[in-house]
Amino acid sequence: MEQLVEQILEPHFNFWIYVILMMIGLWAVIAKNNLIKKLIGLSIFQTAIILFYVSLGVKEDATIPIKKPTPIEYSEKAYGGEAEAKGDYAAADKAPADKKTDGKTGDSKKKKKAYEKINPDKIANPLPHVLMLTAIVVGVATLGVALAITQMIFKEFGTVEEDEVLKVIKGGGQDD
Amino acid sequence: MIFTFDFVILIFMVVAAIIALNVKDLLSASMIFGIYGFLICLLWAEMGAVDVAFTEAAVGAGVSAVLFIATVFNTKRKSSD
Repeated sequence: MEQLVEQILEPHFNFWIYVILMMIGLWAVIAKNNLIKKLIGLSIFQTAIILFYVSLGVKEDATIPIKKPTPIEYSEKAYGGEAEAKGDYAAADKAPADKKTDGKTGDSKKKKKAYEKINPDKIANPLPHVLMLTAIVVGVATLGVALAITQMIFKEFGTVEEDEVLKVIKGGGQDD
Repeated sequence: MIFTFDFVILIFMVVAAIIALNVKDLLSASMIFGIYGFLICLLWAEMGAVDVAFTEAAVGAGVSAVLFIATVFNTKRKSSD
């Protein structure tokens, strides 16, 4: 039992819950009679799929995908290099003029150093996040359309229960 | 990602989903669905997807809950199941 929890349940717990939520949503869409309940189920289904995609980008002990600029980069942007790193602020103000005559080799070396410090294993993969950002916005737009159609159905039939709507359609329909 | 935090939020999410689908009052269902949205927003902040968490808090929990409540006020509040 302990082995089951440690080996199967814990590393993939997000995926287990994703499957459960997706099945709850599917059950609601199929089995619920009320149209608003069906839409809640549809939204749950959608968030389950987003949960799956975001879980793909998760890493152990990873932090958020925002890069913090290193002090060297700050100084390069503001003053153009070495002077800031040494803490010599008076020299730093004069530095940009020197820099242009300096040549490029030292500059590029410094940049390499600044970027070496990033370890990709410590940052969550941002690609699934960006894809799912679009999916959330589109999902809300479709939900709005679906709720508007629900209100139209209520105006037409006086109910949002699926079986009653079908009864009215079958009873009063012209081409039955 | 912290497993215990992850575990607790996911369990709460499943519970919130089931309650939102089984409660008879549609206004309560909409509110519990809003709670579900905030829980999943918390989960995404915890999983390192802060941009998705912001969007979910504003759009998923905020706007969709408002849309549901508006629809419930324009239709019937009672549900048969």
